[in-house]
Amino acid sequence: MSLIAIDSVHKHFGNNHVLKGVSLEIEAGEVIAVIGKSGSGKSTLLRCVNGLESIDGGSITVDQVKLGKDETHLRELRLKVGMIFQQFNLFPHLSAGRNVMLSQQVVKKTGRARAEQLARETLARVGLAEKFDAMPEQLSGGQQQRVAIARALAMEPRALLCDEITSALDPELVNEVLTVVRGLADAGMTLMMVTHEMRFAREVCDRVIFMHQGKVHEVGPPDAVFSNPQTAELKQFLGMVG
Amino acid sequence: MNDFTLWDMARGLLLAARWTIALSLLAFIGGGAVGIFMLLLRTSRSRVLSLFARLYIELFQGTPLLMQLFITFFGLPLLGVDTTSWGAASLALTLWSSAFLAEIWRGCVDAVPRGQWEASASLAMNYLQQMRHVVLPQALRLAIAPTVGFSVQIIKGTALTSIIGFMEISKAGTIITNATFQPFTVYAMVAALYFILCWPLSRLAKHLERKLYVAHRH
Repeated sequence: MSLIAIDSVHKHFGNNHVLKGVSLEIEAGEVIAVIGKSGSGKSTLLRCVNGLESIDGGSITVDQVKLGKDETHLRELRLKVGMIFQQFNLFPHLSAGRNVMLSQQVVKKTGRARAEQLARETLARVGLAEKFDAMPEQLSGGQQQRVAIARALAMEPRALLCDEITSALDPELVNEVLTVVRGLADAGMTLMMVTHEMRFAREVCDRVIFMHQGKVHEVGPPDAVFSNPQTAELKQFLGMVG
Repeated sequence: MNDFTLWDMARGLLLAARWTIALSLLAFIGGGAVGIFMLLLRTSRSRVLSLFARLYIELFQGTPLLMQLFITFFGLPLLGVDTTSWGAASLALTLWSSAFLAEIWRGCVDAVPRGQWEASASLAMNYLQQMRHVVLPQALRLAIAPTVGFSVQIIKGTALTSIIGFMEISKAGTIITNATFQPFTVYAMVAALYFILCWPLSRLAKHLERKLYVAHRH
């Protein structure tokens, strides 16, 4: 059974039908890029997968945990999938290390020593071992985003959702974050990322999902999707981007 | 017949000032405790709890403190509760401050960016964990200045309790006026006493506001 199963998911914002029956199966270890114009529903889809948005129809299951409305279900689901945001969203009142430790201690009730050890390990993994005591405001955008990745990793999730994680970064900082993501992909982490980095998607991802008007419009391996787009919408989108 | 010296008057007022301070402290601490509870209800995800807190806040913000004092003072005996002017004054002021503090603090909680809620939610924290570890520590920083500012309102609010017979500065002022027939002198001293209590707090609030907001903006 696939790790993430999205089955005919519908989502409305008022009268706006944002997701119109999206179905998708993601295997453990797969790296998925979700591309599409703004307003195509790609970020909404990602946010639905860890329950930041409720769904109006269909179902989402991650590692046998079904998305439900109650806190217990949401909590269980969120322990399975971590999320990285465009705006990093580090906790500004806590040091980088404490950012990574907090949820382990509060949610998983991990002891302080163990939480700190894991925080140091994950920070080292994103190349920030020496920044344990730095406050978020002292870090560059790229470093903040890497701390955010470490923070999600420390919860030992089965999959990571990345919502345009390089879009708020200065161009010269994009690569340091992508390098970390590439490392995760190589290590076998399941990744579902909404991205505008087409070259990265092409090099790293196993499958590319093109979303258009709230539906999965075209799916395939990156070579097929980028070199041989089947639909007019995808051709237009790629022309627009490239 | 007027053998009151200025010092006699001042002494009477200063003795009564102890009660103004005691009542203010009690209202501030009690109001803070009830206020934080109301804040949690107000910002909770439950519609019913949030609506209840909103009605509570609207009720106390939308009626004069004087009426609240009357209703507490005359209403509690009707319910069979023995009440004193001290008891009624502390209860009414506590409830009144809790409503205002809850609303001030809600503004501070709302000022914490949405991304902080989302990030902590995505890390599987529940509502109380998000509040306790992520949102309130950030809101607190914003809340300090307006909270200190509101304590000035509480001190001035205690003046109204003189009407239900609570012996604080204003009540003492009235009594001394009745004995001395020197309302201008006495009430000028009363006003000066309130000013001495309130002015440092106002200054402190201004100072904190400047200091904390500048730091917040980086």
